[in-house]
Amino acid sequence: MEDELREQAATAEGEEAMARSEELWETMTLNIGPSHPATHGTLHLVVELEGEVMKKVTPKIGYLHRGCEKLAENLTYHQFIPYTDRLNYLSPPASNFAYVVAVEKLLGIEAPPRAQYMRVILAELSRIADHLVWLGCTGIDLGALTLFLWTFRMRERIYEIFENVTGQRMHTAWTRIGGMPGDLPDGFKDQVTEFVNTFPGEVDEYERLVTSNRIWVERNKGIAVVSREDAISYGLTGPPVRGSGVEYDLRRSRPYSMYPELDFEIPIGANGDAYDRFLVRVEEMRQSTQIVRQAIEKIPEGPVIVGDYHVAIPPKQAVYNEMEALIYHFKFYMSGIQPPTGEIYEAIEAPNGELGFYIISHGSGKPYRLKIRSPSFANYSCFPQVMQGGMVSDFVAAMSSFNIIAGELDR
Amino acid sequence: MSSENITVQKLRERFGERVLDVRTFRDEITVIVPREDIFAINQFLRDDPELRYDFLVDLCGVDNLGTDPRFMVVYHLYSFQRNERIRIKAGVPKDDCTIASMVPLWKGADWLEREAYDMYGIRFDGHPKLVRILNTDDFDGHPLRKDFPLRGERAAEEER
Repeated sequence: MEDELREQAATAEGEEAMARSEELWETMTLNIGPSHPATHGTLHLVVELEGEVMKKVTPKIGYLHRGCEKLAENLTYHQFIPYTDRLNYLSPPASNFAYVVAVEKLLGIEAPPRAQYMRVILAELSRIADHLVWLGCTGIDLGALTLFLWTFRMRERIYEIFENVTGQRMHTAWTRIGGMPGDLPDGFKDQVTEFVNTFPGEVDEYERLVTSNRIWVERNKGIAVVSREDAISYGLTGPPVRGSGVEYDLRRSRPYSMYPELDFEIPIGANGDAYDRFLVRVEEMRQSTQIVRQAIEKIPEGPVIVGDYHVAIPPKQAVYNEMEALIYHFKFYMSGIQPPTGEIYEAIEAPNGELGFYIISHGSGKPYRLKIRSPSFANYSCFPQVMQGGMVSDFVAAMSSFNIIAGELDR
Repeated sequence: MSSENITVQKLRERFGERVLDVRTFRDEITVIVPREDIFAINQFLRDDPELRYDFLVDLCGVDNLGTDPRFMVVYHLYSFQRNERIRIKAGVPKDDCTIASMVPLWKGADWLEREAYDMYGIRFDGHPKLVRILNTDDFDGHPLRKDFPLRGERAAEEER
């Protein structure tokens, strides 16, 4: 009896001591970013830590907000093309592509087949370049520095192709409404063929380095798991949604441009963790290489821009020699193209997911409203839920696996 | 119209007169509905077994300055089952600038509504934490409103 009482008293004392220590216990608030090597751009997260466990993660975004949509309302349709470069600055040709496809839908026109193939080739090359940067940076974050050097070497080869075609490495702005500003340069086919022949071997090398590397697997498997239901509810697109097992790729589900003519597979993950997103992206690089290989064979000869002077800039030679072309030249530069009144939403599968443009036209030379549906914005919005309860040391791997690009996140 | 899209048919069947207008442009369907019914209509579109518009592609505001109601909230929905998109629009007057939040239906609506609030000042009833997202917390005004000047003094704006 006495023993029992003593025991009771002891437990009560113990509980009291626990309660006191819990009062003393404080969560620590940790600011990660906005300028932090692991956040890749200006991302800022406020993390409440309890020991090493993240209790609450609050992303603060907008550090790279430039008011793109407001600017669009004050620029002609053509003037906005260079701004699309600055959305996802790792793969500008894909963003250029998305924008002109939307405007062409608004106008009810289609670019000539040669221009379409050029766009597909550049967009797929930029998807590879985007995934290479992602893979290299994830490697750095997880301590695999070699991977970064290898992937950036290949990315440079792609940028050399971009430079050869567009004159720019980074901000290409290489689309026009109704087509492309110029034809492909001499030697383009050889350059691209050489790339698609060597690149699959390089991907094998990357995979040999990390895919079954124990450290890589342990740091990625089971990290930042997004369930199928959450992926849909949050509106995730691109590799994050496919990593969660949803077969949603606009190139397949709502084919645009020349994709119906091309043969490729859509890789799908199963577990929705960082490792599956990694596998999906690596396979996408292989598939994109296939697409480029086919496109470079199939690309037809012909014009690269529509002949309608309401849409396309008249050639300089015609402007100097024909009255009509001169008038169109002036109209084009003074008031821009004037689409009919209406509203459209058109999206393409950008490297990070669905990049869509919602354009309202009131019939003037400038869009009345232009909303950019950026994949990073939706992909990032699931972050607070996904990271809650995770370890702070896994934060870097999780962050990398979503590949958030501040340029298109903040617009 | 017998050839009318099944989604529009079902909406008319279920909501009757409350489907204010249906427009088709470049094969895209826009349905305009009153803001009082926006939650019920989106829920119906999401949960109806034949429609299943379960993916909120985008949500944004539009400022139609000079018309009544002044603001529009635009929802782009996508159905995996039907492989179709639909656009739902609801007008929001300036004096009572509120509309129901879609966060109970789609978690992704959280940030999108914060953006619409930040840019247009549209308030979303039932949103868990409606604060600015892209602009700083102490920012004054709503920059995507048409009376917010692109640069210079902000005298043209009606009110802050």
